[in-house]
Amino acid sequence: MGAVVLRGGAPYGLDPHDIVIDDGVITAMTPSNQSGSNALPAEGVELELDASGCTVIPGLVDLHTHLREPGREDAETIATGSQAAAMGGFTCVHAMANTSPVADTAGVIEQVWRRGVEAGIVDVRPVGAVTVELKGEQLAELGAMASSAASVRVFSDDGLCVHDPLLMRRALEYVKTFDGVVAQHAQDPRLTEAAQMNEGALSARLGLAGWPAVAEEAIIARDVLLAEHVGSRLHVCHVSTAGSVEVIRWAKTRGIPVTAEVTPHHLLLTEELVESFDPIYKVNPPLRRAEDVHALREAVVEGTIDIIATDHAPHPREDKDCEWAAAAMGMVGLETALGIAVEVFIESGLLTWRDLADRMSTIPARIGQVPDQGMPIAPGSAANITVWDPSPQGPLEVDALVGKSGNSPYLGRQMPGTVRHVLFRGRPSVVDGALA
Amino acid sequence: MQMLGKHLLSAGDLDRAQALMILDTTAELASVTERSVKKLPTLRGRTVVNLFFEDSTRTRLSFELAAKRLSADVITFSAKGSSVSKGESLKDTALTLEAMGADAVIVRHGASGAPYRLATAGWIDGSVINAGDGTHEHPTQALLDAYTLRSHICGGQGDLQGVHVVIVGDVLHSRVARSNVLLLHTLGAEVTLVAPPTLIPVGVESWPCSVSYHLDDALMQADAVMMLRVQAERMAGSYFPSTLEYSRLYGLDAPRLELLKDRAIVMHPGPMNRGLEISADVADSSRAVIVEQVANGVNVRMACLYLLLGGAGSQAGGD
Amino acid sequence: MVFLSSARVVLDQADISRAVRRISHEIVENSRGSDDLIILGIPTRGVPLARRIAETVAQIEGHPVPCGALDVTLYRDDLRLREVRALEPTDIPAQGIDGCTVVLVDDVLYSGRTIRAALDAVHDLGRPAIVRLAVMIDRGHRELPIRPDFIGKNLPTAKDETVRVRFVEIDGVDDVMIDSESVGDADAG
Repeated sequence: MGAVVLRGGAPYGLDPHDIVIDDGVITAMTPSNQSGSNALPAEGVELELDASGCTVIPGLVDLHTHLREPGREDAETIATGSQAAAMGGFTCVHAMANTSPVADTAGVIEQVWRRGVEAGIVDVRPVGAVTVELKGEQLAELGAMASSAASVRVFSDDGLCVHDPLLMRRALEYVKTFDGVVAQHAQDPRLTEAAQMNEGALSARLGLAGWPAVAEEAIIARDVLLAEHVGSRLHVCHVSTAGSVEVIRWAKTRGIPVTAEVTPHHLLLTEELVESFDPIYKVNPPLRRAEDVHALREAVVEGTIDIIATDHAPHPREDKDCEWAAAAMGMVGLETALGIAVEVFIESGLLTWRDLADRMSTIPARIGQVPDQGMPIAPGSAANITVWDPSPQGPLEVDALVGKSGNSPYLGRQMPGTVRHVLFRGRPSVVDGALA
Repeated sequence: MQMLGKHLLSAGDLDRAQALMILDTTAELASVTERSVKKLPTLRGRTVVNLFFEDSTRTRLSFELAAKRLSADVITFSAKGSSVSKGESLKDTALTLEAMGADAVIVRHGASGAPYRLATAGWIDGSVINAGDGTHEHPTQALLDAYTLRSHICGGQGDLQGVHVVIVGDVLHSRVARSNVLLLHTLGAEVTLVAPPTLIPVGVESWPCSVSYHLDDALMQADAVMMLRVQAERMAGSYFPSTLEYSRLYGLDAPRLELLKDRAIVMHPGPMNRGLEISADVADSSRAVIVEQVANGVNVRMACLYLLLGGAGSQAGGD
Repeated sequence: MVFLSSARVVLDQADISRAVRRISHEIVENSRGSDDLIILGIPTRGVPLARRIAETVAQIEGHPVPCGALDVTLYRDDLRLREVRALEPTDIPAQGIDGCTVVLVDDVLYSGRTIRAALDAVHDLGRPAIVRLAVMIDRGHRELPIRPDFIGKNLPTAKDETVRVRFVEIDGVDDVMIDSESVGDADAG
């Protein structure tokens, strides 16, 4: 393919530049107010993309996505999930292992990886299960998965907690071989049996079984101490409580190698929404209190929480079109993550674009050890680029979502902008707000 | 005056005026039960559906009788032996009922919030009455309890200002307790919950009532004691060590009955576990008004049906 | 109550008092001194009127006459046309109505539908020997074959006029007013 030129976009929201991409790499960047033609190659430009008025950041990297394939292709496939990711400005997603069959062998891992390559829209990095069939009894073949074509470095039983302390210790020790990281879904199963929503005054009033904050905090406290003891990396999935933030903060001051993520919905939505008994708000971990949302935002700004990750969890309509107790837990999030992050952090001035790019691209790439993602917008970087258009959008409609499932809590909400273009390894995956 | 609105989903939705309206209407309708012709033409031509996903002969019959006394057509859809037990979803069941033209759906379901889904999801047009949803609420039970209290303690009129009600038992899992706490507070009563700490919900501090772990002390000030059913299966969740210990500490037996004030009454929503939360002696004593609660239940439900369906506002499409 | 300038009084307190006395005498004469009279007022304003008639009949006859109230809301045929109505008290004398002469009492007779409902209600309560109807005002425009036996005053009206009977027990004053601006008949019957 010939060169692609991105014209007039502002890297990290600073000064507008014209960016030339060739052979999958950023080859040149010149300020847009300099006279145009000198700065650009005279021929060989195959595509010019107008990015005026837009912000240019590295392509987003999601460390926590559910693509449902193999097994639940009625909810999402690797292809449709890749499309949704691209529309959300992502160029790399980590596909969680709780598929059917579970991704606990090199065989399933490579199948997922290959399907991602075939779709060719984003980098699909399969996450390996920690335990066989997620049963929490026996370690899966982590080494085989690490040596596979997919080079798995992130391991997680997400959906379930590795609750046995001995098994968690062994997993943390074992991944040191290949500098892997164990990503824990922190939820003590005994304290959260049949839990439906955050435990508190509201759950008491609504008659819904509670999911107490301590069930998350106690596991994180245990795991950071284990990680310190064995000298291994720990990553905490979807942190949801103020108490968890305090534990992680304490762990970091001790020098424990822990990283943590938070979802966009836990940065915005609170448990009061559950009063409607509408299962669109049913998610695991559950929506919490305003104090928790506040603490999580502060933690992201401060860096105690390192990254934003979507926990994109598609479900077919019948799994949400029912009474609360019967409904599945989860929300889709790939297509709305950046918009929510912009609303919470950029519009409020809490973060600069560079800071946000770190938390949604550079740092997740580093944790996942993805070599050519999250690179700075500068000549020489791999050309995984997202262009954000801040023009206000109308209310979000379910038909606008390209993913297979529509279980988004933001339907009807005004979004603060849209992803206009995305370049994946130098080739356009999204052009003018639509799949290329 | 704003009557009840379209649905009756929670006792907490009723303000004092609405609660009194229901009780006063019940009092007028109670006389119907005493006549030889126990029927009124008021809801003739209306279709009322009993949608019972949980087994409950008592409540179901109560609603059936109430609707029939108002000359409504009643269809009962109970979980066993119907398409529901074969896995039909709540939504599809609701759509079927809508196709049959239900003016009101009375729903009892094991999932908290199921009546809210029926009322708001757009599957049906009619009124929804909550006959008990999971561990959330049972508003008509609270209404018949309030009516019973009013009859015995307040001369059958007005509200329950200053009446002291003690509710004993598995509050954590009890929709009857939740509805009662809300409604009794609205009517001005003082409520004390008595249970072991394991059966008191986290967050109860925000409820308009007091909490005690000691039954004997609470009984002495009570104008009425409401015993909740305790399920022996709760032992599996380690809520209490044994049924024997539970009865010893929290069961209402004959000696405890002596602690009550002279005119205090004993209530129970039924069905009772004789020997667990309430002894046979107490259940059969003259202070127990349990059978009367059942009779009041029919009249209260007639009042609710009348107030929800007896006017134009309840019709979605107009006449 | 809002006073509308077009309202005029057609019966004052003295007129009402005379009408009550005359109706009571007519009832006594019509019943030929039988002792099975029961006076039932239809709420709201039929009730104080029934009580006055019962007291007056009792004075004439020299013995008490049972008196009560019969709310007919649950028997109305027009319930679905308006917001649901609160029930009014029903109070039937303890001896019941079987075999008795029931005199239904209402303040205004209009379409006749209230009385039709009252007949259905009476029918469900028992089997009176005779049912009669006493009203303070008959304003015409009957929609059903109902006629009063005892009338305070015949008051031909236009359909857009409003007739209001007021009694001291409820309104603090005794009178009957007619108004040409339609405010909606609260007790239209």
